[in-house]
Amino acid sequence: MTTTLPAYDEVVARYEPVIGLETHVELGTNTKMFCGCPTDFGGEPNTRVCPVCLGLPGSLPVANKAAIEATIRIGLALNCSIAEWSRFARKNYFYPDMPKDFQISQYDEPLCFDGYLDVEVNGELVRIGIERVHLEEDTGKTLHVGGATGRIHGATESLVDYNRAGIPLVEIVTKPVPGTGALAPEVARAYVTELRDVLRTLGVSDVRMEEGSLRCDVNTSLNLPGEEWGTRTETKNVNSLRSVERAVRSEMLRQASVLDAGGKITQETRHFHEDTGDTTPGRSKETATDYRYFPEPDLVPLAPDPAWVAELKAALPELPRLHRRRLQEQWGLSDLDMQSVLNAGAVELIEATVAAGATPAAARKWWLGELSRRANETGVELADVGATPEQVAELQGLVDAGKLNDKLARTVLEGVVAGEGSPTDVMTNRNLEVVSDTGALTAAVDEAIAANPDVADKIRSGKVAAAGALVGAVMKTTRGQADAKTVRELILERLGAQG
Amino acid sequence: MSELIKLTATEIAGLVAKGETSAVEVTQAHLDRIAAVDDRVHAFLHVDSEGALAAARRVDERRAGGEELGPLAGVPVAVKDVLTTKGVPTTVGSKILEGWRPPYDSTIVQRLRDAGTVMLGKTNMDEFAMGSSTEYSAYGPTHNPWDLDRIPGGSGGGSAAALAAYEAPLSIGSDTGGSIRQPGAVTGTVGAKPTYGGTSRYGLVAFSSSLDTPGPCARTVLDAALLHQVIGGHDPRDSTSIPQPVPDVVAAAKLGATGDLTGVKLGVVTEFTGEGAEPGVMAAFRESVDALAKLGAEIVEVSCPHFRYALPAYYLIAPSECSSNLARFDGVRFGLRVGDDGNRSLEEVMSLTREAGFGAEVKRRIMIGTYALSSGYYDAYYGQAQKVRTLITRDFTAAFEQVDALISPTTPFVAFPIGARTADPYQMYLADLFTIPTNLYGGPGISVPCGLSDGLPVGLQVMAPTMADDRMYRVAAALESVVGTFTPPAL
Repeated sequence: MTTTLPAYDEVVARYEPVIGLETHVELGTNTKMFCGCPTDFGGEPNTRVCPVCLGLPGSLPVANKAAIEATIRIGLALNCSIAEWSRFARKNYFYPDMPKDFQISQYDEPLCFDGYLDVEVNGELVRIGIERVHLEEDTGKTLHVGGATGRIHGATESLVDYNRAGIPLVEIVTKPVPGTGALAPEVARAYVTELRDVLRTLGVSDVRMEEGSLRCDVNTSLNLPGEEWGTRTETKNVNSLRSVERAVRSEMLRQASVLDAGGKITQETRHFHEDTGDTTPGRSKETATDYRYFPEPDLVPLAPDPAWVAELKAALPELPRLHRRRLQEQWGLSDLDMQSVLNAGAVELIEATVAAGATPAAARKWWLGELSRRANETGVELADVGATPEQVAELQGLVDAGKLNDKLARTVLEGVVAGEGSPTDVMTNRNLEVVSDTGALTAAVDEAIAANPDVADKIRSGKVAAAGALVGAVMKTTRGQADAKTVRELILERLGAQG
Repeated sequence: MSELIKLTATEIAGLVAKGETSAVEVTQAHLDRIAAVDDRVHAFLHVDSEGALAAARRVDERRAGGEELGPLAGVPVAVKDVLTTKGVPTTVGSKILEGWRPPYDSTIVQRLRDAGTVMLGKTNMDEFAMGSSTEYSAYGPTHNPWDLDRIPGGSGGGSAAALAAYEAPLSIGSDTGGSIRQPGAVTGTVGAKPTYGGTSRYGLVAFSSSLDTPGPCARTVLDAALLHQVIGGHDPRDSTSIPQPVPDVVAAAKLGATGDLTGVKLGVVTEFTGEGAEPGVMAAFRESVDALAKLGAEIVEVSCPHFRYALPAYYLIAPSECSSNLARFDGVRFGLRVGDDGNRSLEEVMSLTREAGFGAEVKRRIMIGTYALSSGYYDAYYGQAQKVRTLITRDFTAAFEQVDALISPTTPFVAFPIGARTADPYQMYLADLFTIPTNLYGGPGISVPCGLSDGLPVGLQVMAPTMADDRMYRVAAALESVVGTFTPPAL
């Protein structure tokens, strides 16, 4: 189908989008949700399995307490109510990567419900309602071999790896988000980004979208202003933050073109394609499976002790947005400056550098300046650039103590990054310390005065600004190892001028 | 016929402990008996002679080494084919698991091994424990040793018949709606359904998770209690297992055997003494009630008005759970696979496998359950049945405020001829009319032989509050002390 898509500006001028997001997070627990098998990523197929996660006849699940705790902490961080009584339910459908041909999930009695997450888009706060946070088990992975595309069509064999089967999975479902207009794609992305940061701060998951430990389904619909919400589609296979934004945008454009032509949106699942940025239809929801949910009789209901929940709540770490706001205030940064710190991924590095003794300004200068430049040049993450926050703080300490000037400090930093040791080591080994011996400096100053009589005359006649030229000359003879301020004072003193 | 096979488990364990016989000798005697009669009885689906003799030798070695052995060390046990046995075929009476050798032992079997009992093999059952006559086994029916043309009850007909035929002194059953107690009643043996959660379901191939309860079968009440003690107790691998010790059922059985029931108040369930049962069954029951009264028990009538809804509620809850539990038999990972010719789709292979692998009764229940859980029908069927379950539980709770235990006939009729009830599922379902309420409530129940009707055994059921399993053993042992045990005609 080759339809010309309308322009985005026109679409958002005519239609109002409503979005919703379902996010699946693989928890970083040591063991699986209902058995003792390890959860680490990778491993030979079908080596991290046992009768329980293979669904062998007779096996029974036992719920993982660490996973329940992590889910409650996620719920608390997302301002949810925590259920006093909650149950697992069976979601019944046949699929070979689901060992029992039902998934243990939660249905009408989720662990956490009715919360929100505030996200910032273009400096504005958008509150995303959270419908529910529930716990379930992951499925195995099906591999279709022999075909060209790795898809089931044309494959000669289908192989199933159950290593992933039974890994605890938390599903976080938003309420529908209307009213974001043209910003809908960015809001979707900002939400997933913020959610990822919250999950990372909680330490409950490694939240790697590329490895599938954070997976996102995006619901999108369009309606005319003042009319009821439109029919929604659910886009799956959205595996990066950028794709979240692209998927919403692409689906808005596609739906608008259908509606413009007088067509109707089919309620269906669609698949997002990273390469083209389009979505294509999957299974139609109209003929969707009846999952025949019912309470899981093999597990006793969960009744989290309110005192325990209160303890978990009290022990929550400061969440990313509040943490960032507090740092911004402490560091005295404008919104714009804070944004550049965020964009550089330097928040935690600067924070650690300040904790190690540097001023916020100095820490920011090093990380956003010299070190960001190096990271860009070498194509590595800032955190992996080769200098630690402690080393940066030490370097700045040497500058503050007058042992290094700015230029020398950059040279020392080069040595640190090259793995030559701590800033003090590099300074000592490369003999880069500022020359503070006044006798030697006086000789160099006198030499410079003698070599530049014209400049000396200007200074004597009161044009002290000309001293810069002599400072430069002295710095040259001392190979930069003099303290420029001291040199300048000496020059003025020798020439009897007032600074 | 060796005299060893006529002994009770208690007697065998005593002789083995004293060195007057060996576990190997006892085991061989039972294996010989199986070889002699099981072609007519068909209690066993698989006899593990090698494994049994090896286990028996280990017991003898341990005893020779001066080790102190448990109360059932060296005693042979037959295990219903619903429990997984590591490396030993486990079919659940179904073609769909033919040839499957599980890679793990169920908790019950593990505990049996740890206790030094000797597993003889796996007993026949209605496919997936769905049935009341063992006629729905995919491997052919088991025959009642009292009359080989009659059914031995079900689903655990194999475990009960093995006892009555002296092929084993002890056996394990599982009771979802009466599958331990009803076969016990119609074979003249003792069958106990423990409190739900009192025995581990880990490794019990699920029929209906919220009802399935493994339990002991024996020829005497004390033997059943000893076996109950060995297999019972908390299991961290079963979430629904109760984290409390098993009540002292052995002491209770011994106390009951003194024949004194002074101070014990028993309630006869009014709803189960009406027209539902055969006259011969009611006559034996009435005589037993009089006997219990003579032992000092106070007898009162107790009405449990919601018990009449138990059967329909059960036939929604159990099929609903089974429709989900049996989904995993899809031909992908284990058991039968049909139609995988490289051309058929996955869905076709799954369908063909299930079509070929499941019997008619299993399919019937899967379909009923699938329907009852369907969107739009859930509230009217599964939801409503759960409400009935609550009402039945309230009936029990109210009854146990008045009496210590409830009594009734175990089953409305004695063993019927093979083939008599297979044409009409409802007639078959009626066999469990009196046993099902206990499953819905979750409490313990025991069937103890109480007399004969036209030469066929009748059982009396004692029902107790949850985790008061000891009470039913006391009452059952007291009755046994008066009426004695029942021996079928020689095979």
